[in-house]
Amino acid sequence: MASPSLMDTLFQRGLDDIIKGVRHQQSSTESIFISRVIEEIRREIKSTDLQTKSTALQKLTYLNSIHFIDMSWASFHAIECISSPTFSHKKIGYLAISQSFSESTPVILLISNQIRKDLKSGNEFEVSLALDCLSRIGTVDLCRDLASEVFILMSSSKVFIRKKAIGVVLRLFEKYPDAVRVCFKKLVESLEGSDSPIVSAVVGVFCELSAKDPRSYLPLAPEFYRILVDSKNNWVLIKVLKIFVKLAPLEPRLAKRLVEPICDHMRKTGAKSLVFECIRTVVTSFTEYESAMKLAAAKIREFLMEDDPNLKYLGLHAISIMAPKHLWAVLENKDVVIQSLSDEDPNIKLESLRLVMAMASESNLMETCRVLVNYALKSDPDFCNEILGSILSTCCQNVYEVIIDFDWYVSLLGEMSRIPNCKKGEEIENQLIDIGMRVKDVRPELVRIARDLLIDPALLGNPFLHRLLSAAAWVCGEYVEFSRNPVELMEALLQPRTSLLPSSIRTVYMQSAFKILIFCIHSYFLQKEDMTSEVSDLASKRQCSESSDLATGKALVQSDQDEGFNPRESNQSYEYPSVVDTGDGQSSTPTFMEKKSLMHESIVNLLNLMELVLSPLSGSLDVEIQERACNVLGFIELVQQEFSNPLIRKEANLDREEVIASRVVEWVHDVFTEELGPVSVTAQDRVPIPDELVLKENLTDLEAICGGVELPAPGSFSLTSPYYGESAVFSVSNLQAEEDSEPSTESTSLLTEHRKRHELYYLPSEKNIIPANDYPPANDPSSSINTNDATEDLVKLADQSLVSKRKPNHAKPRPVVVKLEEGEAAPVVSKKPELKDDLLSGAIHDILLGNEAKAASSQSNPSDKSSSKRKGKAKHVDLLDSKENLAVGEQPNHENPSSRRSKHRGDGKQKSKKSKGKKNGDGREDDGEKESQKIRDHHGRHKSRQRADAPINVVPQTPDIPDYLL
Amino acid sequence: MIKAVLVINTQGKPRLTKFYGFLTVEKQQELIRSVFGVLCSRAEKVSNFMEVDSIFGPDSRLVYKHYATLYFIFVFDSSENELAMLDLIQVFVETLDKCFRNVCELDIVFNYNKLHSILDEIISGGQVLETSSTEIMRAVEEISKCSLPPSPPSLPPSVMSESASNSISLVPKTVSGWRSR
Repeated sequence: MASPSLMDTLFQRGLDDIIKGVRHQQSSTESIFISRVIEEIRREIKSTDLQTKSTALQKLTYLNSIHFIDMSWASFHAIECISSPTFSHKKIGYLAISQSFSESTPVILLISNQIRKDLKSGNEFEVSLALDCLSRIGTVDLCRDLASEVFILMSSSKVFIRKKAIGVVLRLFEKYPDAVRVCFKKLVESLEGSDSPIVSAVVGVFCELSAKDPRSYLPLAPEFYRILVDSKNNWVLIKVLKIFVKLAPLEPRLAKRLVEPICDHMRKTGAKSLVFECIRTVVTSFTEYESAMKLAAAKIREFLMEDDPNLKYLGLHAISIMAPKHLWAVLENKDVVIQSLSDEDPNIKLESLRLVMAMASESNLMETCRVLVNYALKSDPDFCNEILGSILSTCCQNVYEVIIDFDWYVSLLGEMSRIPNCKKGEEIENQLIDIGMRVKDVRPELVRIARDLLIDPALLGNPFLHRLLSAAAWVCGEYVEFSRNPVELMEALLQPRTSLLPSSIRTVYMQSAFKILIFCIHSYFLQKEDMTSEVSDLASKRQCSESSDLATGKALVQSDQDEGFNPRESNQSYEYPSVVDTGDGQSSTPTFMEKKSLMHESIVNLLNLMELVLSPLSGSLDVEIQERACNVLGFIELVQQEFSNPLIRKEANLDREEVIASRVVEWVHDVFTEELGPVSVTAQDRVPIPDELVLKENLTDLEAICGGVELPAPGSFSLTSPYYGESAVFSVSNLQAEEDSEPSTESTSLLTEHRKRHELYYLPSEKNIIPANDYPPANDPSSSINTNDATEDLVKLADQSLVSKRKPNHAKPRPVVVKLEEGEAAPVVSKKPELKDDLLSGAIHDILLGNEAKAASSQSNPSDKSSSKRKGKAKHVDLLDSKENLAVGEQPNHENPSSRRSKHRGDGKQKSKKSKGKKNGDGREDDGEKESQKIRDHHGRHKSRQRADAPINVVPQTPDIPDYLL
Repeated sequence: MIKAVLVINTQGKPRLTKFYGFLTVEKQQELIRSVFGVLCSRAEKVSNFMEVDSIFGPDSRLVYKHYATLYFIFVFDSSENELAMLDLIQVFVETLDKCFRNVCELDIVFNYNKLHSILDEIISGGQVLETSSTEIMRAVEEISKCSLPPSPPSLPPSVMSESASNSISLVPKTVSGWRSR
């Protein structure tokens, strides 16, 4: 047994040999070499000689970490190595373990005893190995078993070991939270130590802990504050700042204390990392402190002026944190931001792009976008798409809040889709459709843009744009009445290159073509009807079917003169009758109906064209395409009979067949012209539950569970649309009663009926619910019918006269709507703030309550007036702050009136704190005082206590701080 | 919390990998590959940050430094300061430099164990425990001393004594180490 081991050892290859060996291999033979080595290792690692074994393990560990060779099979050998008395074996073993063990490693429990043994070792480096290992692989069991050992080491006389022990604590707490009881006190004590590495490690631990659950560490704020003021170590300071960023939102009074020391550091330190951390802390947490923000902005400016791209990047990053609340910081650095857009560093470019977009407002949006789009044309594909993406996302924010001129925006979308590298087809698609549905007045322009996109055969070759083209096709079909030339659209939709499209999009094309066809035929019939009436009046049969203008006698007279070339024109090239129409120059709004009509021949041509293109598709393998093709072909067949012999029928009166066809067309047309508005996300909530459904009974218990979640939905909903505000207040049964009383279907158009019946569940898109500062749709006939509010009409009128071109946005963002509603619907307003109050941080709530409790004690108003509460909030806080300031003095807990209030907040929860066990000795001697004060204050407090019950666990904890803070 | 420390050479070969949470080797390889994919596309003299949320998941940041043929990469989350991490890379590299006297890629290739010893002194379980390179050096030297004396009985001590040239290799008692003397 001994001799093979000796032989193995003598001729065993060490790690260096392996490394050299691998280096000498070609990349092709490398894996062969490695697998040979693995074979060798598998043999060697079984050796009873620990030297051989550990060398083999070391080689394996190396291959694992550098060449990604699996080593989970060797876990037991690793355990054998750490049990070796030799340090180097141990070290190899521990490295292997920490690198390869996971929670699911079966043998992991076997190391528990060995680790314990090493933790107790006299050699500090052995202890350190064990601690390191534990901090990486500690499982629940390991942490439970070893918590007490680690605790002992935290009091070790050697700084080296104490430091490492603290490094384990985080893992310990995470896996075995009960360890907190044992170790927490020690940990807090270590904060007070003078040994810099220890404090640094402990603060690091608290930084990690507070990131997960900051509230629990609020009581330690004074400790951290002391470190913030005293420490000279930048590492420690950075970590403390990180902790305070987490704590500050929980305790508003912290900010006041912190701002000065932080600004102090910012001014004095030379370390950029600390400066940056201070800046970040200020801009995230102390945004109300004007002077601090100014200082931060100045420091950021310094960063931006540096040559170091890192600082520049971080500076821009800091500004972008500021941007939402302090736009001035961006504007101040506008020059640098714009300049950075052409920086070679992608990070800087991205960051400055974000800032440029942050600066975009209604007034400068057009200019900004123009510059950016030009810039996108010149930049690399990735950044180009970043630019396009950020333009798109900025513009659609809050339902296109920033956009005034939608015609411009729609043409910008068209322009963007033509940028060669554009990959944002999907987003543009969504916006085109969305805008089409939401903004009525932009539809003519939208159709024009869509047409331009559709007729460009080059775009069909770019798969990224296919989605966009489907949107364009849909727009053309849906809003064909705005088109100058439907025939041209039809040709575009049926062009041969559409075969490049995926079938899902092709079906959209086909459906749109069908819509256009229906529209054309319908308007042909319509015009014919008009003509016949005109004809009988004028008795001019000569050109009745060719006359291209309808509806007004004037137009007819005018067109009579032009008529001469019209038939020829349409016979030769029916694609471009618009040329003729524009020649008339009579209409300002280019709607098809007014401008021109379709000739009999062009309808026939359309039908033929469609039949020609769609016939082959009726045999398509894609069911969707096949079905649509068949449907359309069937329809064509039906209609074609009417047109098959045009010359004979031309002047004849409508016969029966034609009547049938025209009615079919009319029906389909009705279906197509019915508009589908955007549907609110909460629409489902508004559907009354039918009587026969017993949903409610089954779900009552569920409602109790989800109550909190669902609560905001109805409230916020009623806010979205003022018009329905009242009805939303109705109970479901009310709605249902209404619903039932409605007459059932009568109209020919089911959709119209549906809309009428379920008015509520459509977004107010056509209903013209216009927030006062919004722009009403210019030509929405239904709007005035529906608005019964005279004042609203006035507002609308005023808006209209002011800005003729602006369009309405329905479903405005909530904040704006809320503001608007205040006048109109008092009950809703009073509801909303209360909801919000529930969500306010416990700390603010508590302060408010503290104030009100005072007021209540002086016998003022027991009922809570939420509006006054809101108004008073800012003042109250200020007031409190100033008092706090006074209380900050030397003996804060004594009975001076100004400190009383903060005591009120504290004393109520004194009990809970006591039972929890003190983590900190401060403020002990005050307990007696507090008790007595509690009794004294009892009357004043109980009212606020009642209310404080509502916000769950938030309140009980906050009062812990004052004692520590002061 | 530091999530990973990586040293990759300019050809994309890993020279040191340390992940502070368990990852399978396949995952490790994939991460390194994607990090290198982004790194090598970056120009010189640009900032040392990389957005890596897509690679390492949300709340991940990455800083790197490029020395000669090597990238030193630290991946961490929002509880670390970016500039401080850059400083830490500096500390790490300075320590290596002191250890190997003008460190080069070869030193790092052949001193796998020592590298880990140094790194473990700086970072433990993802937390920074030591930032002073003298302290680190002191500990590492002690550890090297610890590793050497107890020579295994299977080899004559004479082989041992000098083979630990530069006290670099922790496995000095090998055929090659013996020959190279």
